Amino acid sequence: MAEIINLTELDLKSAGEGIKTGRFSARDLATAYLAKIETSNPKLNAYLEVFSDVLDQADLVDQKIKSGELSGPLAGIPIAIKDNILIKGRTVTAASKMLANYQATYDATVIEKLKSAGVIFLGRTNMDEFAMGGSTENSAYGPTKNPHDLDRVAGGSSGGSAGAVAGDLALVALGTDTGGSIRQPASYCGVVGLKPTYGAVSRYGVIAMASSFDQVGPLGKTVADVKAVFSVIKGQDKFDSTSQNSSVTIKIPKTFKIGVPEDFLKEGVDQEVMANFRTTIEKLKSAGHQIVKINLPNFHYALACYYILMTAEVSANLARFDGVRYGLRQDGKDMVEDYFLTRGAGFGKEVKRRIMLGTYVLSSGYYDAYYRRANNLRQLIKSDYLEAFKQVDVIITPTAPTPAFKIGENATDPLKMYLEDIFTVPANLAGVPALAVPTGKNQTGLPLGIQITAPHFGEDLLFSLGRELEA
Amino acid sequence: MIDDKVIDNLANLARISLSAEEKAQYQKDLESILAYVSKIGEASDQDPAKLSYPLTNVWRTDEDSFDPETYSEAILAEAPETKDNYIVVKKILENGGDN
Repeated sequence: MAEIINLTELDLKSAGEGIKTGRFSARDLATAYLAKIETSNPKLNAYLEVFSDVLDQADLVDQKIKSGELSGPLAGIPIAIKDNILIKGRTVTAASKMLANYQATYDATVIEKLKSAGVIFLGRTNMDEFAMGGSTENSAYGPTKNPHDLDRVAGGSSGGSAGAVAGDLALVALGTDTGGSIRQPASYCGVVGLKPTYGAVSRYGVIAMASSFDQVGPLGKTVADVKAVFSVIKGQDKFDSTSQNSSVTIKIPKTFKIGVPEDFLKEGVDQEVMANFRTTIEKLKSAGHQIVKINLPNFHYALACYYILMTAEVSANLARFDGVRYGLRQDGKDMVEDYFLTRGAGFGKEVKRRIMLGTYVLSSGYYDAYYRRANNLRQLIKSDYLEAFKQVDVIITPTAPTPAFKIGENATDPLKMYLEDIFTVPANLAGVPALAVPTGKNQTGLPLGIQITAPHFGEDLLFSLGRELEA
Repeated sequence: MIDDKVIDNLANLARISLSAEEKAQYQKDLESILAYVSKIGEASDQDPAKLSYPLTNVWRTDEDSFDPETYSEAILAEAPETKDNYIVVKKILENGGDN
């Protein structure tokens, strides 16, 4: 008989050791998580589906561990998967009515890698529809609640994954990040989230939102957990031509030169967020690191730039949902009316809003003022980073300008919602990696956190400094 | 200015049917979002080719093709309507399309 597993205390290392030394089996661990999900998920709505074969998966993994076939750090580890990543034979909906009954016909590359590593897939997690949003309020299946305060959002778009990890409904999870969708919910829920370098992780089998931005990444309770999952899912994949292996040698400095873009932090940041950020800076200083004030002159335009380019890509990527090859079809009088009715009925409010906006910035007469200009500006923002990284090893900012907001609070003002992405979108524009690390709580107990950004393929710098912050 | 005509044109280009309420809502939203993103007009409009970090296109050759029909059954199973290994859609051209 296995011991009672304390899920709150558990991390990847202790879970892996527990399984390896036979203190508990993968089945015992999965059983403990299923029990927690059963009591907590009705309140949190972190999972859209809990898979019915979890224990069968665990039994198979237990056999393979016994026979020595499986021994890596993820063997038997229960994981939650965002509902826009394909697992063969399972439903995947991107939290949209458009794909309500869609069954994945193949495994995403990240899923294949996790399967070989022997993880247990617990279920698919809630998200903003097609990953568009910062609160999961745009899910067609209701919002995920924040485990720290059920009246508040878990953030988004990977809110289900963040909520699942924070509420001990999974040990680790996968999310996707187009403009902050891993880091912002991680911050709101008090967990660690990594947006890897663009191209570090294959997107093959991930439902596309904005292809020049999208990245898959892990969420976990500790930096070490996130690092362990990242090292399994990363790497070049012949099915994603944007993926590549790192060709960079990273030297971890004894003490870091840490850039702080003071000018960029002036407006619209919550006081407690700012106070927490200042405390973190003092901590880093007293640990011997050097804080350097840096100038990122074009970051002021980053959010505007992002909302032009991202919506343009969204309008193109989502053209595929036309009711012909897969997903919903609404019948009209002819084929063209089928398109209009299908897309009108299948897409939610925010998705339609972004398609409309993206269509506008790409349309004749406006393309030059919006899309072309934003594309040029994107390169300037990237240059700002590359110039800054000549002076500093990493850059830090708060992850989000506020703690988790109340459900419904930003629902009527899309622009206000977009402003929550202000610190996270620059990394996506430039393709650099960024890590969200929890660094305390505000007076009402809501998690706060900071974001560390590194040069391309500098994930190890993030992990190294991130570990110091969580200590 | 985002007026009814602009919204109708965008919805038409994007092939989305919108209700009257949605149209009114998006008219308002697009106005305010475009007002915000228009601030990129103040930024420098430097030609990215002249930057020290230009973007380059990367190409690869097609390889690793698979045998025809390997995935046909699974993929067709997801289509709303099929017949004999084909996806069924409504007729596009009226009267045979000979004109």
